[in-house]
Amino acid sequence: MKIKPNLKVNESGFLFDPTTGESYSLNDMGSIYFRMISEGRSPDEIRTLVINEYDVEASTFDKSFLDFESRLRNLRLIENE
Amino acid sequence: MEKKKFEYPVIKRFQPGMPGKSGIQPTLEPITEINNIPIARLQEEYGSPMFLITENTIRDTYQEALQAFKSRYPKVQFAWSYKTNYLDAVCRIFHDEGSWAEVVSGFEYNKARENGIPGKQIIFNGPDKSRDDLEMAVRDGAYIHLDHFDEMYTLIELTEELKMKAKVAIRVNMDTGIYPKWDRFGFNYENGEAWEALKKIAQQEFLELVGLHTHIGTYVMSTQAYAMAAKKLAELALRAEKNLGKKIKYIDMGGGFTSMNTLKGAYHSASDTNPGFNEYADAISFAIMSAGFQQNELPVLILETGRAMIDDSGYLLGSVLATKRLTDGRRATVLDFGVNILFTSFWYDHEVHPGCEVSDYAEETTLYGPLCMNIDVIRQNLSFPLLKKGDPVVVPRVGAYNMTQWMQFITYRPNVVLLDRDGNTHIIKRKEGLEDLKRAEIIPDFLKPKE
Repeated sequence: MKIKPNLKVNESGFLFDPTTGESYSLNDMGSIYFRMISEGRSPDEIRTLVINEYDVEASTFDKSFLDFESRLRNLRLIENE
Repeated sequence: MEKKKFEYPVIKRFQPGMPGKSGIQPTLEPITEINNIPIARLQEEYGSPMFLITENTIRDTYQEALQAFKSRYPKVQFAWSYKTNYLDAVCRIFHDEGSWAEVVSGFEYNKARENGIPGKQIIFNGPDKSRDDLEMAVRDGAYIHLDHFDEMYTLIELTEELKMKAKVAIRVNMDTGIYPKWDRFGFNYENGEAWEALKKIAQQEFLELVGLHTHIGTYVMSTQAYAMAAKKLAELALRAEKNLGKKIKYIDMGGGFTSMNTLKGAYHSASDTNPGFNEYADAISFAIMSAGFQQNELPVLILETGRAMIDDSGYLLGSVLATKRLTDGRRATVLDFGVNILFTSFWYDHEVHPGCEVSDYAEETTLYGPLCMNIDVIRQNLSFPLLKKGDPVVVPRVGAYNMTQWMQFITYRPNVVLLDRDGNTHIIKRKEGLEDLKRAEIIPDFLKPKE
């Protein structure tokens, strides 16, 4: 999954998509996922980083990551796969 | 090193200028305990889902209603509407407070008798009273509310046969200025049918005309409709005394008061629009007291309020089974209770609260039940926090009708637990098991295994 270019989430979790004019709000965890996906990290890499740093079970992380990816897809924030 | 707290990742699109019709939907506060008992403890002990009924809410609500009417009208009697919730423990609390029983079937009648209520404190409504039911009521001296002429003639035959007097009232339907106009129960006021019924009763040796009853509707938000109904019944009562020489001892205004649950499609929430007991009491009391009765001969005012009396005391405690994403991007949360046990979700937008602490983030969510049916929707669209599998949820105000109209469908109906005034919990209806459901089934011999 690759996020569209020119998309950056700021420190307060605000995201603006200049190609559509839409703006978004992300919570802290959403911002972290978004940044790591933007940086091109693999799902396995993100999984390891999050599980090491946060109090979350692997299965919960997996479900949350799948859901987040599907949400990005749904909001058309990713490049065509 | 201690790990950081994880929260579900959220991304939400801003939709400026697109609030709901009442502004931005509020996020519902978590309910993590009821009367200081943690939700987690209740679910651990009694399973999920489960119903919880709080005794002190029943008693407080009853007293609030009683005071509202007693402070405005000298003779008031409540009768507990069995069909609203006929679990024996619930009925007995109402009876303990002083309520009579209002029943609408032989089954409910027998329940009331088994709850220790004498016939002279039972009001027998409903269109379906069998000959046996009527005989039982006559022998007990119960108040029989006649619904149609067929029933009246059956009762006339029966009482002549028994040579026993029956205490009767007629059910009167009428135009009270609201829609829908309920004209299916009893005899119509405007077209003279009710008066004809009274004249017929007055001619009977074994029928004693004692009251007039009406049930103008359900969830009636207009207090003026009650005022009009009370005025019409009072007029009939005065006419019966003047023209038939029959003194009407009571006027029964039935039920139909709203609770604070919001109807589906309502523009404002119920708490902003619905009358309370004081408003209903004002309208009804004033109408009767100004109708022309002598002050010392006012009829007793009977009320069969069900929904408004019990809704607040009931909670449904459930859990999240799964979360998923619908094709349009909306979140869907599947709960472990559906329309089978939360029957009132067909007409209410029930509040559904998280039963645990949650983050401030919420998403537009559809809440589904666990039934394998498309109609099993608890809430079509609400702003709901991101819960995960196993998290508890709490639906308040479910005390009315759910524990009588619930359906046994593909699974067992859950435990119903009473939380008493001292904080102790009691199962008042245990969760069904396979044997409960099989007990009434009979397998024909030809389908049994061959010896």
